[in-house]
Amino acid sequence: MKSMYLAFLASALIAVAAHFGLDYAGFSTRDVTSGPDVRLD
Amino acid sequence: MARMTLRICVALVLTAALLLGGLGAPAIAQASFDREATGGATTLEDILARQEGLKVDQSFRRDAVGDPDSAAPITGQLGTLGGASDPDLWRALRFGSADVTVASRSPAADVIIQDSGMTWLSFREGPLLEYGGYLLLAMLALLALFYLLRGRIRIDGGWTGQTVLRFTSLERFGHWLMAGSFIVLGLTGLMMLFGRVALIPLFGKDIYAPIMGAGKWVHNNVAWAFMLGLAMVTVMWVAHNIPNRQDLVWLAKGGGLFSKGVHPPARKFNAGQKIIFWLVVLLGVSISLSGLSLLFPFEMPMFAKTFDILNATGLPQLLGLGELPATMTPHQEMQFAQGWHAIVAFVFIAVILAHIYIGSVGMEGAFDAMGSGQVDVQWAKEHHSLWYEDVTGQDAHHRAPAE
Repeated sequence: MKSMYLAFLASALIAVAAHFGLDYAGFSTRDVTSGPDVRLD
Repeated sequence: MARMTLRICVALVLTAALLLGGLGAPAIAQASFDREATGGATTLEDILARQEGLKVDQSFRRDAVGDPDSAAPITGQLGTLGGASDPDLWRALRFGSADVTVASRSPAADVIIQDSGMTWLSFREGPLLEYGGYLLLAMLALLALFYLLRGRIRIDGGWTGQTVLRFTSLERFGHWLMAGSFIVLGLTGLMMLFGRVALIPLFGKDIYAPIMGAGKWVHNNVAWAFMLGLAMVTVMWVAHNIPNRQDLVWLAKGGGLFSKGVHPPARKFNAGQKIIFWLVVLLGVSISLSGLSLLFPFEMPMFAKTFDILNATGLPQLLGLGELPATMTPHQEMQFAQGWHAIVAFVFIAVILAHIYIGSVGMEGAFDAMGSGQVDVQWAKEHHSLWYEDVTGQDAHHRAPAE
């Protein structure tokens, strides 16, 4: 059963890595659909 | 198992036909009308045809967008008269031919008007939920009926206490990476689809909204684990899933699923498992592609191109679907991607429900293959006799002594 639990843990880690990785690579909705001229930050 | 899979394949084709029929252009073409009475504008016949769901030739509107080059000279009487009137401009916006400049960097931001949204919405809230829901309920009912009639498939020779390694830890890791993420994706996807009709009336919007906010995050990001698991499983098992002659014997005997004491020979995977494997690969790749298209909106349009290729084969016309739309707005591409993603998901979930059943409550000793990786020797002899002989070098028909 160790493989199963490891796979579930890996799924969670991959999900978190995908979120931050895509965000870092400029694929966030904010980066894709707007420019710096229209942001408040 | 084979008959069940055949039913699923038929359902896939029928559901695809429904989608194409629902979202694609109607096959009946409208005759051209004399528009002299309306000065070239919409006629009563156009309106009636549209209300009957017939295809209306929109070229009389689409092409009536004025001509800036024919504008009166600025030096003329009463100043300039533009070559395109306001209605001409709105028609150009409506049919996507206007030269639009927008501040947004979104790939589809310059599409100001697109009118297929209601068609998509009524399909999503109507036939998609209805037939998809029925498909899942029918599969659950079928499995319950099978359980009532056949009961749990036992190890006929009994447990021996001796085991043999069926799947390595890497194989099990790949399987569970795909399976675990699939269950999460399936549940969150169904929660998204059935939210408005089932969950919001039950819990209210205030509870549903934050749950689905998290659910959408999970769905979007766990998808990468699913795709990795799918790739691992495909690479690890494709060689074992090439069809062979023994599969025909297995299928002819119904895999022994319907009668006690019948155990057709099989290698690592029997014909039923091979069907599941290829369905998982086919549906998994398809749902991944449409999912990627949804994850990166407007960046991966694929339906217009696919329909163009399908039209060239003549298959849609043969099925009575007519020419499929080979040009579409970016939003239509997304609507098709969402519709197809959900249809494939319903079929996929139905197939996997059967797989989960037979791998757990449906068959004694089956879960161990993916649990500990070790299966009972007698189970291996009964369900994968040729594989057992390959890995142990022993005769599968010789009864192992009980411990």
